[in-house]
Amino acid sequence: MRPGDWAMLLLAAAGTAALAPIAFSGGAAEKAVVRRDGVVVAELPLTQARRIEVAGALGTSVIEVQPGRARVAADPGPRQYCVRQGWLTQPNAIAICAPSHLSLSIAGRAANHDSLAY
Amino acid sequence: MTASPIELRPTADDHRIARYAAAAIALSVVEAAIPLPLPGVKPGLANIITLIVLARYGWRDAVWVTLLRVVAGSLLLGQFLAPGFFLSLAGALASLVALGLAMHLPARWFGPVSQSLAAAFAHIAGQLIVARLWLVPHDGLLYLLPFFALAALLFGLANGLAAAKLLEESASTAARSGTATNDRT
Repeated sequence: MRPGDWAMLLLAAAGTAALAPIAFSGGAAEKAVVRRDGVVVAELPLTQARRIEVAGALGTSVIEVQPGRARVAADPGPRQYCVRQGWLTQPNAIAICAPSHLSLSIAGRAANHDSLAY
Repeated sequence: MTASPIELRPTADDHRIARYAAAAIALSVVEAAIPLPLPGVKPGLANIITLIVLARYGWRDAVWVTLLRVVAGSLLLGQFLAPGFFLSLAGALASLVALGLAMHLPARWFGPVSQSLAAAFAHIAGQLIVARLWLVPHDGLLYLLPFFALAALLFGLANGLAAAKLLEESASTAARSGTATNDRT
Protein backbone atom coordinates (compact mmCIF):
# COMPACT_ATOMS: atom_id res chain seq x y z
CA MET A 1 0.00 0.00 0.00
CA ARG A 2 1.48 3.32 -1.10
CA PRO A 3 0.26 6.68 0.25
CA GLY A 4 -1.89 7.28 -2.82
CA ASP A 5 -3.45 3.86 -2.38
CA TRP A 6 -4.65 4.84 1.07
CA ALA A 7 -6.06 8.05 -0.37
CA MET A 8 -7.78 6.11 -3.13
CA LEU A 9 -9.17 3.64 -0.59
CA LEU A 10 -10.49 6.46 1.58
CA LEU A 11 -12.07 8.10 -1.45
CA ALA A 12 -13.70 4.83 -2.51
CA ALA A 13 -14.91 4.13 1.03
CA ALA A 14 -16.36 7.64 1.30
CA GLY A 15 -18.10 7.20 -2.04
CA THR A 16 -19.57 3.90 -0.93
CA ALA A 17 -20.70 5.38 2.38
CA ALA A 18 -22.34 8.25 0.51
CA LEU A 19 -24.34 5.75 -1.51
CA ALA A 20 -25.44 3.80 1.56
CA PRO A 21 -28.60 5.85 2.28
CA ILE A 22 -30.06 4.65 -1.01
CA ALA A 23 -30.04 1.12 0.36
CA PHE A 24 -32.08 2.03 3.41
CA SER A 25 -34.72 4.15 1.72
CA GLY A 26 -35.99 1.56 -0.74
CA GLY A 27 -39.54 0.28 -0.54
CA ALA A 28 -40.98 3.27 1.27
CA ALA A 29 -43.86 5.18 -0.25
CA GLU A 30 -42.30 7.87 -2.35
CA LYS A 31 -44.71 9.66 -4.58
CA ALA A 32 -48.35 9.96 -5.42
CA VAL A 33 -49.27 9.35 -9.04
CA VAL A 34 -52.48 10.79 -10.43
CA ARG A 35 -53.80 9.32 -13.64
CA ARG A 36 -56.66 10.24 -15.90
CA ASP A 37 -57.78 7.48 -18.25
CA GLY A 38 -54.56 5.69 -17.40
CA VAL A 39 -52.41 8.63 -18.43
CA VAL A 40 -50.26 10.16 -15.71
CA VAL A 41 -51.32 13.75 -15.14
CA ALA A 42 -49.37 14.49 -11.97
CA GLU A 43 -46.61 12.98 -9.87
CA LEU A 44 -46.26 14.44 -6.40
CA PRO A 45 -43.42 13.56 -4.05
CA LEU A 46 -44.69 12.51 -0.63
CA THR A 47 -42.24 14.79 1.09
CA GLN A 48 -44.19 18.01 1.30
CA ALA A 49 -47.82 18.87 1.89
CA ARG A 50 -49.66 19.99 -1.23
CA ARG A 51 -53.14 20.22 -2.65
CA ILE A 52 -53.72 20.09 -6.35
CA GLU A 53 -56.81 20.26 -8.48
CA VAL A 54 -57.21 17.79 -11.27
CA ALA A 55 -59.76 18.05 -14.05
CA GLY A 56 -61.73 14.80 -14.30
CA ALA A 57 -64.54 13.70 -16.56
CA LEU A 58 -67.22 15.17 -14.26
CA GLY A 59 -65.45 18.23 -12.97
CA THR A 60 -62.58 19.08 -10.70
CA SER A 61 -61.18 16.72 -8.09
CA VAL A 62 -58.84 17.70 -5.30
CA ILE A 63 -55.80 15.59 -4.44
CA GLU A 64 -54.17 16.24 -1.11
CA VAL A 65 -50.65 15.17 -0.24
CA GLN A 66 -49.06 15.21 3.17
CA PRO A 67 -45.65 13.85 4.09
CA GLY A 68 -45.86 10.09 3.61
CA ARG A 69 -49.51 9.91 2.51
CA ALA A 70 -52.01 11.11 -0.04
CA ARG A 71 -55.78 11.11 -0.55
CA VAL A 72 -58.51 12.27 -2.82
CA ALA A 73 -59.90 15.14 -0.79
CA ALA A 74 -62.84 15.94 -3.03
CA ASP A 75 -64.39 14.45 -6.13
CA PRO A 76 -67.62 15.21 -7.96
CA GLY A 77 -68.48 11.50 -8.35
CA PRO A 78 -71.88 10.36 -7.08
CA ARG A 79 -70.78 7.69 -4.61
CA GLN A 80 -67.52 9.19 -3.31
CA TYR A 81 -65.77 5.84 -3.02
CA CYS A 82 -62.32 7.25 -3.69
CA VAL A 83 -62.82 10.06 -1.19
CA ARG A 84 -64.07 7.72 1.52
CA GLN A 85 -61.07 5.49 1.02
CA GLY A 86 -59.14 8.08 2.98
CA TRP A 87 -55.38 8.36 3.24
CA LEU A 88 -53.21 6.07 1.18
CA THR A 89 -49.88 5.22 2.77
CA GLN A 90 -48.64 1.93 1.33
CA PRO A 91 -46.80 1.62 -1.97
CA ASN A 92 -49.15 0.42 -4.71
CA ALA A 93 -52.26 1.47 -2.78
CA ILE A 94 -54.76 3.02 -5.16
CA ALA A 95 -57.95 5.06 -4.93
CA ILE A 96 -60.02 5.00 -8.09
CA CYS A 97 -62.59 7.63 -8.90
CA ALA A 98 -64.22 5.74 -11.77
CA PRO A 99 -66.88 8.33 -12.68
CA SER A 100 -64.19 10.97 -12.99
CA HIS A 101 -61.83 8.62 -14.85
CA LEU A 102 -59.19 9.44 -12.22
CA SER A 103 -56.97 7.32 -10.05
CA LEU A 104 -54.55 8.17 -7.29
CA SER A 105 -51.85 5.65 -6.51
CA ILE A 106 -48.81 5.54 -4.29
CA ALA A 107 -45.56 4.49 -5.90
CA GLY A 108 -42.67 3.14 -3.86
CA ARG A 109 -39.12 2.61 -4.89
CA ALA A 110 -39.33 -1.12 -5.20
CA ALA A 111 -42.34 -2.55 -6.97
CA ASN A 112 -44.26 -4.44 -4.31
CA HIS A 113 -45.78 -7.33 -6.11
CA ASP A 114 -48.91 -8.95 -4.80
CA SER A 115 -47.39 -12.30 -5.57
CA LEU A 116 -44.62 -13.83 -7.60
CA ALA A 117 -44.78 -17.20 -9.32
CA TYR A 118 -41.90 -18.98 -10.97
CA MET B 1 1.21 -33.80 -41.42
CA THR B 2 -0.36 -31.77 -44.22
CA ALA B 3 0.63 -28.18 -44.56
CA SER B 4 -2.12 -25.85 -43.49
CA PRO B 5 -3.19 -23.40 -46.16
CA ILE B 6 -3.21 -20.69 -43.54
CA GLU B 7 -0.14 -20.54 -41.45
CA LEU B 8 -0.31 -18.76 -38.15
CA ARG B 9 2.98 -18.16 -36.49
CA PRO B 10 2.36 -17.40 -32.85
CA THR B 11 4.89 -14.93 -31.61
CA ALA B 12 6.37 -14.85 -28.14
CA ASP B 13 3.83 -12.14 -27.35
CA ASP B 14 0.99 -14.43 -28.34
CA HIS B 15 2.31 -17.22 -26.13
CA ARG B 16 2.67 -14.91 -23.18
CA ILE B 17 -0.80 -13.44 -23.61
CA ALA B 18 -2.26 -16.90 -23.98
CA ARG B 19 -0.58 -18.07 -20.78
CA TYR B 20 -1.89 -15.18 -18.75
CA ALA B 21 -5.33 -15.44 -20.34
CA ALA B 22 -5.43 -19.13 -19.43
CA ALA B 23 -4.67 -18.28 -15.81
CA ALA B 24 -7.37 -15.60 -15.83
CA ILE B 25 -9.91 -17.99 -17.39
CA ALA B 26 -9.09 -20.62 -14.77
CA LEU B 27 -9.69 -18.07 -12.02
CA SER B 28 -13.03 -17.00 -13.46
CA VAL B 29 -14.15 -20.63 -13.72
CA VAL B 30 -13.09 -21.28 -10.12
CA GLU B 31 -14.88 -18.15 -9.01
CA ALA B 32 -18.12 -19.23 -10.70
CA ALA B 33 -18.27 -22.07 -8.17
CA ILE B 34 -18.33 -19.67 -5.20
CA PRO B 35 -21.91 -18.98 -4.12
CA LEU B 36 -22.65 -15.30 -3.50
CA PRO B 37 -25.75 -13.64 -2.11
CA LEU B 38 -26.43 -11.05 -4.79
CA PRO B 39 -26.47 -11.91 -8.49
CA GLY B 40 -23.87 -9.93 -10.37
CA VAL B 41 -21.54 -9.60 -7.41
CA LYS B 42 -18.35 -11.57 -7.98
CA PRO B 43 -14.89 -11.23 -6.49
CA GLY B 44 -13.41 -10.80 -9.95
CA LEU B 45 -10.30 -12.80 -9.10
CA ALA B 46 -9.28 -12.82 -12.75
CA ASN B 47 -8.62 -9.11 -12.41
CA ILE B 48 -5.54 -9.99 -10.34
CA ILE B 49 -4.10 -11.38 -13.57
CA THR B 50 -5.11 -8.24 -15.46
CA LEU B 51 -3.34 -6.07 -12.88
CA ILE B 52 -0.18 -8.17 -13.05
CA VAL B 53 -0.15 -8.11 -16.84
CA LEU B 54 -0.74 -4.37 -16.76
CA ALA B 55 2.19 -3.83 -14.43
CA ARG B 56 4.55 -6.14 -16.33
CA TYR B 57 3.63 -5.71 -19.98
CA GLY B 58 1.42 -2.67 -20.26
CA TRP B 59 -2.10 -1.78 -21.21
CA ARG B 60 -2.28 -3.44 -24.63
CA ASP B 61 -1.53 -6.87 -23.20
CA ALA B 62 -3.92 -6.28 -20.32
CA VAL B 63 -6.69 -5.56 -22.84
CA TRP B 64 -5.93 -8.75 -24.74
CA VAL B 65 -5.84 -10.91 -21.63
CA THR B 66 -9.04 -9.41 -20.26
CA LEU B 67 -11.06 -9.69 -23.46
CA LEU B 68 -9.85 -13.24 -24.08
CA ARG B 69 -10.82 -14.08 -20.52
CA VAL B 70 -14.31 -12.60 -20.93
CA VAL B 71 -14.97 -14.43 -24.21
CA ALA B 72 -13.37 -17.76 -23.37
CA GLY B 73 -14.58 -17.72 -19.78
CA SER B 74 -18.16 -17.19 -20.92
CA LEU B 75 -17.80 -20.02 -23.45
CA LEU B 76 -16.65 -22.37 -20.69
CA LEU B 77 -19.46 -21.33 -18.36
CA GLY B 78 -22.13 -21.48 -21.06
CA GLN B 79 -22.74 -17.75 -20.80
CA PHE B 80 -21.52 -16.67 -24.23
CA LEU B 81 -23.85 -14.01 -25.71
CA ALA B 82 -26.18 -14.42 -22.70
CA PRO B 83 -27.01 -11.24 -20.76
CA GLY B 84 -24.30 -12.04 -18.23
CA PHE B 85 -21.73 -12.03 -21.01
CA PHE B 86 -22.64 -8.52 -22.10
CA LEU B 87 -22.57 -7.33 -18.50
CA SER B 88 -19.09 -8.83 -18.08
CA LEU B 89 -17.97 -7.31 -21.35
CA ALA B 90 -19.30 -3.87 -20.46
CA GLY B 91 -17.69 -4.06 -17.03
CA ALA B 92 -14.41 -5.30 -18.49
CA LEU B 93 -14.27 -2.54 -21.10
CA ALA B 94 -15.08 0.13 -18.53
CA SER B 95 -12.45 -1.16 -16.14
CA LEU B 96 -9.85 -1.36 -18.93
CA VAL B 97 -10.48 2.31 -19.69
CA ALA B 98 -10.12 3.07 -15.97
CA LEU B 99 -6.90 1.05 -15.83
CA GLY B 100 -5.59 2.88 -18.87
CA LEU B 101 -6.08 6.12 -17.00
CA ALA B 102 -5.01 4.86 -13.56
CA MET B 103 -1.71 3.45 -14.83
CA HIS B 104 -0.58 6.99 -15.56
CA LEU B 105 -0.91 7.97 -11.91
CA PRO B 106 2.54 8.60 -10.43
CA ALA B 107 3.91 5.16 -9.50
CA ARG B 108 5.60 6.55 -6.43
CA TRP B 109 2.30 7.08 -4.69
CA PHE B 110 -0.15 4.89 -6.51
CA GLY B 111 0.23 1.12 -6.80
CA PRO B 112 -1.88 -1.81 -7.94
CA VAL B 113 -4.38 -1.22 -5.14
CA SER B 114 -5.36 2.16 -6.60
CA GLN B 115 -5.62 0.66 -10.07
CA SER B 116 -7.68 -2.22 -8.76
CA LEU B 117 -10.11 0.08 -6.93
CA ALA B 118 -10.49 2.29 -10.00
CA ALA B 119 -11.08 -0.76 -12.17
CA ALA B 120 -13.58 -2.28 -9.73
CA PHE B 121 -15.69 0.88 -9.55
CA ALA B 122 -15.48 1.35 -13.31
CA HIS B 123 -16.59 -2.25 -13.68
CA ILE B 124 -19.79 -1.82 -11.69
CA ALA B 125 -20.43 1.49 -13.42
CA GLY B 126 -20.11 -0.09 -16.87
CA GLN B 127 -22.25 -3.02 -15.85
CA LEU B 128 -24.98 -0.91 -14.33
CA ILE B 129 -25.10 1.42 -17.31
CA VAL B 130 -25.60 -1.46 -19.73
CA ALA B 131 -28.06 -3.14 -17.38
CA ARG B 132 -30.03 0.08 -16.94
CA LEU B 133 -30.11 0.92 -20.65
CA TRP B 134 -30.80 -2.52 -21.95
CA LEU B 135 -31.67 -5.29 -19.52
CA VAL B 136 -33.65 -3.59 -16.76
CA PRO B 137 -34.79 -0.23 -18.10
CA HIS B 138 -36.01 0.95 -14.74
CA ASP B 139 -34.48 3.21 -12.12
CA GLY B 140 -35.18 0.58 -9.47
CA LEU B 141 -31.94 -1.03 -10.56
CA LEU B 142 -29.98 1.89 -9.16
CA TYR B 143 -31.07 0.97 -5.65
CA LEU B 144 -28.65 -1.92 -5.92
CA LEU B 145 -25.86 0.60 -6.39
CA PRO B 146 -24.75 0.73 -2.72
CA PHE B 147 -24.37 -3.05 -2.62
CA PHE B 148 -22.40 -3.11 -5.84
CA ALA B 149 -20.25 -0.24 -4.59
CA LEU B 150 -19.55 -2.08 -1.35
CA ALA B 151 -18.59 -5.19 -3.30
CA ALA B 152 -16.36 -3.12 -5.57
CA LEU B 153 -14.68 -1.58 -2.53
CA LEU B 154 -13.99 -4.90 -0.81
CA PHE B 155 -13.05 -6.95 -3.84
CA GLY B 156 -11.16 -4.10 -5.47
CA LEU B 157 -9.06 -3.79 -2.34
CA ALA B 158 -8.56 -7.55 -1.98
CA ASN B 159 -7.59 -8.05 -5.63
CA GLY B 160 -5.29 -5.04 -5.55
CA LEU B 161 -3.51 -6.33 -2.44
CA ALA B 162 -3.17 -9.78 -4.00
CA ALA B 163 -1.73 -8.32 -7.21
CA ALA B 164 0.64 -6.06 -5.26
CA LYS B 165 1.84 -9.01 -3.19
CA LEU B 166 2.40 -11.21 -6.25
CA LEU B 167 4.24 -8.45 -8.10
CA GLU B 168 6.41 -7.79 -5.07
CA GLU B 169 7.29 -11.48 -4.72
CA SER B 170 8.08 -11.94 -8.39
CA ALA B 171 10.22 -8.79 -8.31
CA SER B 172 12.22 -10.09 -5.33
CA THR B 173 12.73 -13.57 -6.86
CA ALA B 174 13.85 -11.91 -10.05
CA ALA B 175 16.29 -9.76 -8.09
CA ARG B 176 17.66 -12.84 -6.31
CA SER B 177 18.12 -14.90 -9.47
CA GLY B 178 19.55 -11.88 -11.23
CA THR B 179 17.15 -11.96 -14.19
CA ALA B 180 14.60 -9.32 -14.81
CA THR B 181 11.11 -10.71 -15.36
CA ASN B 182 9.87 -7.21 -15.32
CA ASP B 183 10.72 -5.62 -18.62
CA ARG B 184 8.85 -2.41 -18.02
CA THR B 185 10.33 -1.03 -14.85
